Amino acid sequence: MPKHTIEPEKWIDRYSDYLFNYTISRVNDREMAKDLVQDTFVASLKSMKNFKGEASERTWLISILKRKIIDYYRKINSKKGKAEVRMDYNSDEEEGSWLEERVADPFDKTAEDSLVNDELGEAIYACLDKLPNKQAQVFKMKTIQGLETETICNELDITASNLWVIIHRARTTMAECMEKNWFN
Amino acid sequence: MKKGFLFISCEEAKHICDKSQYNEATLWEKIELNIRYTWCKFTRAYVKKNKQLTSMVKKSKVDCLQNNEREVLKKVFEKELTKQG
Repeated sequence: MPKHTIEPEKWIDRYSDYLFNYTISRVNDREMAKDLVQDTFVASLKSMKNFKGEASERTWLISILKRKIIDYYRKINSKKGKAEVRMDYNSDEEEGSWLEERVADPFDKTAEDSLVNDELGEAIYACLDKLPNKQAQVFKMKTIQGLETETICNELDITASNLWVIIHRARTTMAECMEKNWFN
Repeated sequence: MKKGFLFISCEEAKHICDKSQYNEATLWEKIELNIRYTWCKFTRAYVKKNKQLTSMVKKSKVDCLQNNEREVLKKVFEKELTKQG
C-alpha cells in the first residue's frame, strides 16, 4: 500500500512557495522561476499516474522541478556557450579554454555560502510546514515578503492585535523548530 | 498586564520584542524592554531566540510568491485540473 497519497487540488497552497523558493535560488530570475514552477505543476498533473506513493508529494514534485531547471540551463547554456566562444576566442593569440577560465575560483566563498543558504532555506520551509495555515501565511507575508502590518491586516481582514498574536505564535514555533532542526 | 511605570510584564516584553524584529517598536517600548531584559531571564531567552530567527531568515534569503502571483498560478493550474478531471 502506498505510504503517501496525491492531492493535486492542494498543491498550490501547500507547495508553491517552497518550489518557488527552491527555483529562485537557482535561476535568480523571478519571472522564469514562476514559469518553471507553473510548468512543474502542470507536468506533474499529467504524470500523476507515475506517482507510486513511496516518496512524499513534495519530494516527487521537487524531482520534476529539478528536471525542469536542468532543461532550462541546458537551453540557455547551449546558446550562451556558443556566444562566448565567438566573442572571446576569435584570436589565435589567445591560449587556454574558455571553459577552464570559467572554473570556480577555489577561494571564492560564494558557492559555499549559497549552499549553506539553500540548506537554511530548506530548514525554514520545513518548519513553516509545521505551522497552521494562517500562521504560515501571516509569517511569510510579514517576515519574508516584508509587508506592512496595515497591508496584511487589510488583505486578511484581521486587526493589528490579531496579527501580532499570530506572529508571536508563529515565531515561537519557528524558533523552537529551527533550534531543533538547525542547531542540533 | 501593565505593572507600572517602566515595568512591563513578560508577555508585553515578548510583544515588544516581536515588533522590534520588524522595526515597529517605539523608542519608549524599547526602553521598557531593555529594563526588563536586565533582570528577567525569560525575557533574555526569548529575545535571544527571536533575534536568532530574524537573522536566520535574513541570511537564508528565503523567498516566496506574492499573493497575486499565487492567485495567477492557482487559476492556470485549476484550468489544467479541470481538463484532467
